[in-house]
Amino acid sequence: MSGRTDDIVRPKGARQAVLRVLLFVILGLFAAYYLLPLFVMVSTSLKTLEEIRTGTLVSLPGTVTFEPWAKAWSAACVGVKCEGLKPYFWNSVLIAVPGVAISTFLGALAGYALTKWRFRGADVIFGLMLFGAFIPFQVILLPMARTLGLLGLAGTIPGLILVHVVYGLAFTTLFFRNFAVGVSDSIVQAAKIDGAGFFSIFFRILVPMAVPTFGVTVIWQFTQIWNDFLFGVAFTSSDSNPVTVALNNVVATSTGVKEYNVDMAAAILAGLPTLLVYVIAGRYFVRGLAAGAVKG
Amino acid sequence: MSASDGRGGAPGLGRRLEAWLPQIVVSPIFALSFFFVYCFIGWTIYISFTKSRMLPVYELAGLLQYERLWATPRWYVALENLFVFGGLFIVGCLVIGLVLAILLDQRIRAEGVLRTIYLYPMALSFIVTGTAWKWILNPGLGIERVAHGLGFENFKFDWLINPDMAIYTIVIAGIWQSSGYVMALFLAGLRSVDDEIIKAAAIDGAGPLRTYAGIVLPMLGPVFLSAIIILTHLAVKSFDLVIALTGGGPGYATDLPATFMYAYAFQRSELGMAAASAVMMLATIMAIMVPYLYSELRGGNR
Repeated sequence: MSGRTDDIVRPKGARQAVLRVLLFVILGLFAAYYLLPLFVMVSTSLKTLEEIRTGTLVSLPGTVTFEPWAKAWSAACVGVKCEGLKPYFWNSVLIAVPGVAISTFLGALAGYALTKWRFRGADVIFGLMLFGAFIPFQVILLPMARTLGLLGLAGTIPGLILVHVVYGLAFTTLFFRNFAVGVSDSIVQAAKIDGAGFFSIFFRILVPMAVPTFGVTVIWQFTQIWNDFLFGVAFTSSDSNPVTVALNNVVATSTGVKEYNVDMAAAILAGLPTLLVYVIAGRYFVRGLAAGAVKG
Repeated sequence: MSASDGRGGAPGLGRRLEAWLPQIVVSPIFALSFFFVYCFIGWTIYISFTKSRMLPVYELAGLLQYERLWATPRWYVALENLFVFGGLFIVGCLVIGLVLAILLDQRIRAEGVLRTIYLYPMALSFIVTGTAWKWILNPGLGIERVAHGLGFENFKFDWLINPDMAIYTIVIAGIWQSSGYVMALFLAGLRSVDDEIIKAAAIDGAGPLRTYAGIVLPMLGPVFLSAIIILTHLAVKSFDLVIALTGGGPGYATDLPATFMYAYAFQRSELGMAAASAVMMLATIMAIMVPYLYSELRGGNR
């Protein structure tokens, strides 16, 4: 337990080695603890119902079957409709793509304008926007439901996109503001003297420098929107449900035999996009989490 | 833009527009945020002081809805659950997160892989992980069956359907999901502690335990604070996990304020009470977040 102090103090070799092994055993056990649910999900999803009834959680599938996956994708029942998760998965794509794009773009503009074109009240505006990131969304559910109704967007995908854009703005603005604060004012000043305007500075100077910030923001927003359940369940109707709501309905549908293997396959399908993003771009994901903690 | 030729003559419209452009761009974005956050909060607060039930009525009725709310046993269950869940969830995440961060900070070769494993639950929806935990904790087919297989024939594990224990299943799944995040926060904090300080302590003869307990941990004070704030925030907003794992049941044994509010707003059509409960949640969060954000923004001096 003394890696950081290795260079100075060298306890007896044997004791050191034992501690080192212990350290790895503990870390390994924790890794197993975190991986266990994923392992159980995957292995259950590949088992036949017969095997689930006779085996245990941790036993490996004797005969691997992809039947549950096929069923979860295109035949499982969500309420009374039995078309699988597929339509809802595409709903989530249709919600997430514009939701991420619009909120990221607007956040980038706002973050840039609030820092590089400082005007009176910019800090107050930012403070007020930031507060919006931390309200419990229960406090806006009722008026939002009514507003969507008035706009004719109740129960629709565009309605849910609007909700995600509006409540994502606080975070996207925060990310880009923190980025733009670090950009030297003299670059912007020089560009202004050269006659560059608001938008040309944004597109020619800020945007190319902000590629990592775009990465962080896009991943953050995508994860938030894809994983959202509260807005989805409150503001969409059965045809426009996102995949999280549909998954919950699949699991809750209790007609006939409970098909745990199909439930698990459905859960993996619903979680796959964000899991893939995490595996591919984990670094950005972690940076987003850190920034989400409002640590400069 | 084309305003640079305005020099000499009267300032052109283009130039004046250019000067106002930042405000023109920001104001609709800000207006959106303001309307959907502050006007909506205002509406909810207003409705909480009316007699609204099925439909909103705008005639004020004083504290009626708050009196009804605080006379509802289910609300007390939700609050008690929030304290039990929130307390255990926060402490559990802090302990596991801190231990993992310190262990990972010992120059481990596989650190990158381990970190990735510890943190991946954060990328998943609570609905996905709730579904998985529901199956793992399944009375009969889940952990119970595994224990029977290992020879513990009398092992019984029915927390998921036991009204007294069900809330703890939410604690288990919640800690599993969020402790890796706390680990990442602490690890970042540990990395910012100067190696020299740790070495100096080692030279002075402090063992690793004393180095961490006496010197490093006190330096992590701000990280503790952020972690507690974030976890409190997560706990108060917890909704998805409860829905996926227990649906608030058995009965309403695992209701939290968030699920209470949802049930009263969308299933029982008690707008006034739902609004009152939402306002209570907002007040709780604000009591924690406002001082924190204020000090963060001032302290950061940005």
